[in-house]
Amino acid sequence: MARDSGSGGKLALDPVLVGRARELARRAGQPVVELARGHTTVSVERAVLRLAGVTGADPDGIPWVNRLVDAVVADVGLAHGVAVPVFDALRRELGVPIPAGSDVGAAVTLLAQKAAAGSVRFEVPAGRAARSAGAAARRAVGVGLRRIDRRRSERDRMVRRHGDPGQRPWIYLIVATGDIYEDIPQAQAAARAGADVIAVIRSTGQSLLDYVPEGATREGFAGTYATQQNFRLMRAALDDSSRELGRYVRLTNYASGLCMPEMAVLAGLERLDMMLNDSMYGILFRDINPVRTFVDQRFSRQVHARAGIVINTGEDNYLTTADAVDEAHTVTVSQLLNEYFAHEAGLPDAQLGLGHAFEIDPDLPESFRLELAHALLARELFPDAPLKWMPPTRHMTGDVFRGNLLDGFFNLVGTMTGQGILLVGMMTEAVVTPWLSDRDLALQNVRYVLGAAGGLHEDFVPAPGGFIQRRAATVLGEAVALLERIVDGGLLPAIADGTFGITKRPADRGRGLDGVAAHADDYYNPATELLEAGS
Amino acid sequence: MSGGPIVRPYGDATGDGMVQVSFTLPVPHDKRAEGAALQLAAKMGLDPAMLVHSRQMGDGFTFFVVYGRVSHLVDLSAVRVVERDYPLLSAKEVNGLIRRRLRRKLSVVGACIGTDAHTVGIDAILNVKGIAGEKGLEYYRELRVTNLGAQVSVPDLVAAARAERADAVLVSQVVTQRDAHLHNTREMSAAFREAMPVGRRPLLVVGGPRFDELMAGELGVDRIFGRGTTPGEVASYLVHRLVAGGAAGPARAAAGATAAPGDRDRSAGRGTEGVGG
Repeated sequence: MARDSGSGGKLALDPVLVGRARELARRAGQPVVELARGHTTVSVERAVLRLAGVTGADPDGIPWVNRLVDAVVADVGLAHGVAVPVFDALRRELGVPIPAGSDVGAAVTLLAQKAAAGSVRFEVPAGRAARSAGAAARRAVGVGLRRIDRRRSERDRMVRRHGDPGQRPWIYLIVATGDIYEDIPQAQAAARAGADVIAVIRSTGQSLLDYVPEGATREGFAGTYATQQNFRLMRAALDDSSRELGRYVRLTNYASGLCMPEMAVLAGLERLDMMLNDSMYGILFRDINPVRTFVDQRFSRQVHARAGIVINTGEDNYLTTADAVDEAHTVTVSQLLNEYFAHEAGLPDAQLGLGHAFEIDPDLPESFRLELAHALLARELFPDAPLKWMPPTRHMTGDVFRGNLLDGFFNLVGTMTGQGILLVGMMTEAVVTPWLSDRDLALQNVRYVLGAAGGLHEDFVPAPGGFIQRRAATVLGEAVALLERIVDGGLLPAIADGTFGITKRPADRGRGLDGVAAHADDYYNPATELLEAGS
Repeated sequence: MSGGPIVRPYGDATGDGMVQVSFTLPVPHDKRAEGAALQLAAKMGLDPAMLVHSRQMGDGFTFFVVYGRVSHLVDLSAVRVVERDYPLLSAKEVNGLIRRRLRRKLSVVGACIGTDAHTVGIDAILNVKGIAGEKGLEYYRELRVTNLGAQVSVPDLVAAARAERADAVLVSQVVTQRDAHLHNTREMSAAFREAMPVGRRPLLVVGGPRFDELMAGELGVDRIFGRGTTPGEVASYLVHRLVAGGAAGPARAAAGATAAPGDRDRSAGRGTEGVGG
């Protein structure tokens, strides 16, 4: 991530204030991390089973991991974790410990099928039985983690062989037809036309499904379902494109929602390269229970860290519901919180695609300078993170000609402030799902700006004490003030009070709460243990 | 500005009939492709047609921009649109009318139904924040707003409307794939018809960028709002129908100029989708 805007301090930010902002974010986040460490969710437990090799779904399309977790919860509850009860039942069913080298995943999948039929009773063993079940679970989960490790090495090899994009920012383009077999040629065409990162947007509402659909899918609403098979098909297709184009084409999907932990595992297993994963998006924008979200988020990020996946956070969303000038500091606060939670989960800066967006009303005087100030503030606060810069949506009016101009200015801010990932804006935003020609025109726009002004960030040094420096200082100051209020009252009460956006989200409300449990004393999760030990 | 009821497109002179169109044909770029584009333009009524730009995209597609003259006439007296048939009121007037005539708060329940997770439209109308400087319905003191958010099932919506004694139910539908917005709206209006007798039913209002405002009767709702609708228009309509003793029955079609063009609704095809889906 070489860049030359980092250390110089183009904004002359007060280092004491920057340090204070980080410290406040840590203090705001820490109680939530403690909460996450003491709770589990059905999706965390299902992710553990996926790592242990459980695959497939029943004839109704409900995954076996869901059936198995539901069966364990019905017998012994969620508080002990499912690993020990499941592997204890497996030993009783099979009579002997599973021999090393055999297909444990298939055996546990079979157990899930029996459990779904009601022919298995789950218990919480104690003593030696518990220790041996725990050890068996740890071995099985270890196999899954090693598969993720192999996929990560494979990515490293392919990047060495085919290379990274020749320019920064990387060009990120969205594909979404609902049909994975239609998405594939579109994604390959987009890569050929210059896209470095392909994001397959999900079917609307998938984030609120409490299971991960199975198989290759050909129908979706305004997007394509995220499934393991769809991940695999698209990754294979983009591997072909990488070979053809001589650069590694990255693939992105979405973790956020009720199945964050499982999405993270599936993405790791299928070598996705980026995942949208925001610490608070599900709470604020999807009314998912806050505790559920924070527990799921932490586990999913631990898995992303292991898989070498770059997370993309969702600060753009704040600006689609709130004013991009008045609420600019909420973006900074969210970035700082996302950074804290990500670091705590083991993600290094290079895997932090912190988000922000070009959403200021273009009719506002000096809107472009304000955008520059905000984008540069993010750049300077997080010098080693591959920031994700997102295009205008709120003020795209359907006037495609004006929209194309706005996108050009968006691209210009992106290159002038050294952003890492640039989501290509479409002039037909707010009109139609992008047409072939819309994408082509949008990519021409990006190529023109990056070609004409790709090195402008070298020359772009805001005047000391000028508009841009002052604006950045103001936003940082407001962010610190807001963080102080959050630390005083607590992050969960702040979310409950509607501090972020206009929505109020109390900790005891929202979707997915019934899938959350506080750890019992004997709670055991081999995946968390192995991920935190780094083994 | 036109002088009479008949107009034609205006390029740079009255009556020149000039239009500009762009399109893609699934053919590689060559002379034949350009001829094909001109043939299409001619069939669209552009005569003469000028092919001003063509560019190949990928393997087998070419993008064209064509300027040309159309001979078609527009008869303004035959244009049929839904005209605003209620007075536009300020927030103060809305509150005053509710307070004086209803003597209780007017209850509004809003939701996105079906799988639609795009709350942008309903939030723009309901949230205090509103849209384009105009405050949303939550800002009106005499309105009691319940925003159920995204992906609300129709039975849940009916139950919430009952629990909140809703005077009006506002439903936003952005996703239009396979006409989901029409199916969902019909399902919703049918459920209210089944669950509540006439006279006890809340006013049913739907909105979204892809609705035809003339379809209210067909979809079984009282009113459809299209793109560009503001909270003030919705509040004024609610007061007109529920408080001020306005005309009953579905919105009527009226002749006249086009409805105010809007610019603020969002489409299903948003280029950025945050971390959503």
